[in-house]
Amino acid sequence: MSLRRLDTTALIYLALAGVVAIGGIAVAIDGGNLFSTANLVDMFTRTSLTGFLALGMTLVILCRSLDLSVGYTAALASMVAATTMDGDPNRIVLGALAALLVAGLVGAANGAIVSFLGVNPFIATLGVGLIIKGYLDTEYKGPAGLVPTAFQQFGYSRIAFVPVSTLVMLALAAAGIWFLRSTRTGHHMYAVGGNIDVARMSGVRTKSTLMTAHILCGMFAGVAGLLLAARFGTGSATEAYSNLYELDAIAAVVLGGTLLLGGRGGIAGTVAGVLILAVLDTVFNVMQINPFAKDVLRGAIIITAVAIYARRQLSRTARRPRFAAAGTAADTGRP
Amino acid sequence: MSQAPVLAMRGIDKSFLGVPVLRSVDLVIEPGEVHAVVGENGAGKSTLMKILAGVHTADAGTIELGGRAVSFTHPLQAQHAGVATVFQEFNLLPELSVAENIHLGREPRRRGLIDRRAMAERTAALLSDLGVDDLAPAAKAKTLSVPRQQIVEIAKAMSQGADLICMDEPTAALADAEVELLYRLVERLRDKGVSVLYVSHRLREIFDLCDRITVLKDGERVTTVDTADITPDELVTAMVGRRIEAVFPEPLPGTETGEVRLAVTGGGNAQIDGIDLEVRAGEIVGLAGLQGSGRTEIAEAVFGIEPFTRGTVAVDGETRRITGPRKAIAAGIALVTEDRKAQGLALNQSVGANARMVLDANARVHSRARLARISGILSSLDLVSRGEDQEVQYLSGGNQQKVVVAKWLAAEPGVIVLDEPTRGIDVGAKHKLYAVIRSLAAEGLAVLLITSELIEVIGLADRIVVLHDGRIAGELPGGATEQQVMAYATGRSPA
Ligand SMILES: Nc1ncnc2c1ncn2[C@@H]1O[C@H](COP(=O)(O)OP(=O)(O)OP(=O)(O)O)[C@@H](O)[C@H]1O
Ligand SMILES: [Mg+2]
Repeated sequence: MSLRRLDTTALIYLALAGVVAIGGIAVAIDGGNLFSTANLVDMFTRTSLTGFLALGMTLVILCRSLDLSVGYTAALASMVAATTMDGDPNRIVLGALAALLVAGLVGAANGAIVSFLGVNPFIATLGVGLIIKGYLDTEYKGPAGLVPTAFQQFGYSRIAFVPVSTLVMLALAAAGIWFLRSTRTGHHMYAVGGNIDVARMSGVRTKSTLMTAHILCGMFAGVAGLLLAARFGTGSATEAYSNLYELDAIAAVVLGGTLLLGGRGGIAGTVAGVLILAVLDTVFNVMQINPFAKDVLRGAIIITAVAIYARRQLSRTARRPRFAAAGTAADTGRP
Repeated sequence: MSQAPVLAMRGIDKSFLGVPVLRSVDLVIEPGEVHAVVGENGAGKSTLMKILAGVHTADAGTIELGGRAVSFTHPLQAQHAGVATVFQEFNLLPELSVAENIHLGREPRRRGLIDRRAMAERTAALLSDLGVDDLAPAAKAKTLSVPRQQIVEIAKAMSQGADLICMDEPTAALADAEVELLYRLVERLRDKGVSVLYVSHRLREIFDLCDRITVLKDGERVTTVDTADITPDELVTAMVGRRIEAVFPEPLPGTETGEVRLAVTGGGNAQIDGIDLEVRAGEIVGLAGLQGSGRTEIAEAVFGIEPFTRGTVAVDGETRRITGPRKAIAAGIALVTEDRKAQGLALNQSVGANARMVLDANARVHSRARLARISGILSSLDLVSRGEDQEVQYLSGGNQQKVVVAKWLAAEPGVIVLDEPTRGIDVGAKHKLYAVIRSLAAEGLAVLLITSELIEVIGLADRIVVLHDGRIAGELPGGATEQQVMAYATGRSPA
């Protein structure tokens, strides 16, 4: 009963705590320790890549759009970064900026196709993703470019058991929360996702809001690409997009309580969603659950979570009861 | 007048997909004037207003605001030029708060960032200034009742400091008490020198509030007159092109009150309690009460949307457990819902598909005769459409409502619950609908009629059941006075 009172974000963090507790117990019964340094490092390392992609994905989903191209965009960005840097430490900044610029342009293309041409975002971004894949596959037959050791630190160094990339992800998440709450453009994303006609008639610039969401989503994918490049030490396309990172990102967003239909949710929830997925994966890893059962479990958990949100949402919209359920006609809730 | 008119629209043309909707329409509004635009469903009133609001762009013609020529391609430009609009369709975002909705697109900022404190304060000040301080600025729009949402929309328009406020059927969802509030607000605007463009199908409001009236018919301006120079009858004739009796039709000859068709005994759920209600064949029972008194909740319980959790329901003498709409339909109950967009129509489907929806979903046999009946029903309601293939989203509001009514009549129910069936329907069509309701009764249906317009319950119902705070406060015979109904509705008993 009291669970109903909690807002969705609080509930998700509660779920995260639950997953950590249950995972910890399961691993302990198995004779391991989920909270050993090695396992914690593993867990946090998993959060950064999905995290970057999921942050951007949250913005487009809030606008009732979608971006299926993020995996390919990240791959492209990693290529751009690695080939631009080309082993020269002096070109790190240039390479990173180039990667972000290219990723932002891909996002802009997505946004323009969705908002100006009116193409369904599912199709639009899938198409853009395939175009990028085709380009990468023909242009690069394998790894290309070289990432200077200094920049590889972004992939490997950590403070205690928290990788630097995870800290960067959390900092960007904080910036994202602030952006959604405090800027007009961020705030208008909720309006555009809630009802684009209403938003437009209220004077919201709906097209530029959608564009902004897509551009930011692309740039977040660019950051993910930088991380990939840092980890692999080179630009490696197939490694990046064959993992279907975009689906993980969408799963994290939805687990985090953002409505796939737009207009509701936020980045705080997404971070929890990312953490839940990371904890699950680490637990599965430590317990050496076979990959097939692992996917089944992940799928089942995601569906269960979303079903629970859906139920809550139904009961939330209901009016406050005026009469008690029992036959006693008590006037509740009224002075 | 020496002052330039607030608004001068001249020679406005507009077509949708080659079909002309407005033809060379002129509209001039003076400072401080309350100007009505009236006309039948589909006459083009909302289209004209949307052109003014920057939602649509006119194909031809000029618009001047305060003597300056303007042309809008985005609603934001209209807002900046001093035109605020309350659109006919509901325009709040359910997930946003009252304050956020009111300031949407114009959020107050401090150093470039949204200033939520200022937003809440301004909203509170605005609401108390408007006399609705029981509305919490932080409440999400979806938690408000429909009339409260409408009030928020009006507040939103008034908060823009506009020189011209356009209101497209602002009272369609309001009960009489809230209409009073709107009257006060409009008077206030007039005193401040703000002009109001007012679209409504309720003649009483037109004559109470408006200085001048422009009549549209089939996309053309018929006339513009001073309200003082025209009688309601003449106005209706100008709108419809024929004379209409201003009174409610008498029961049809041969209408007989027969067996009890719908009986609710001790019905209740979380919103309503102790509902004892009988509707006989051939009888029209009106449900009256203030907004939130439980009228719609009764309709939803009878139809199984929010079923009764206590008490029993019997249809034609047989006790039925109605746990969902399908059960209700199987029992011969039909419900014309209050919110046609959300619950009544598949907006991107055709008129025909919508009208056949109940039949398609529930009839075991698809008799040709039944399908043919649908066309007959649609034309008997005077539907203005480009044929049964047209998507309902492109129909005018009133015509959409007619499709909802038609869809249920097609199912040939034994009990029909009509929740605000005349919302947004023009006078001519209202009279047709009144006649349809009478003929339903004559055919032996039990009719439960819910409407915010007291005069409708009084004029049509054989008995009036008045609700207050979720319970039946009293019952009156048809033809009771408004005072009697209001006394029960406000929780007093008539002396
Ligand atoms: N976006 C659109 N596309 C195509 N046709 C449209 C569109 N909007 C309106 N129409 C058509 O234009 C005509 C005028 O519609 P409008 O909504 O202006 O009527 P109205 O006078 O406001 O009627 P009501 O009293 O029912 O609200 C109608 O026949 C309608 O079908
Ligand atoms: Mg209209």
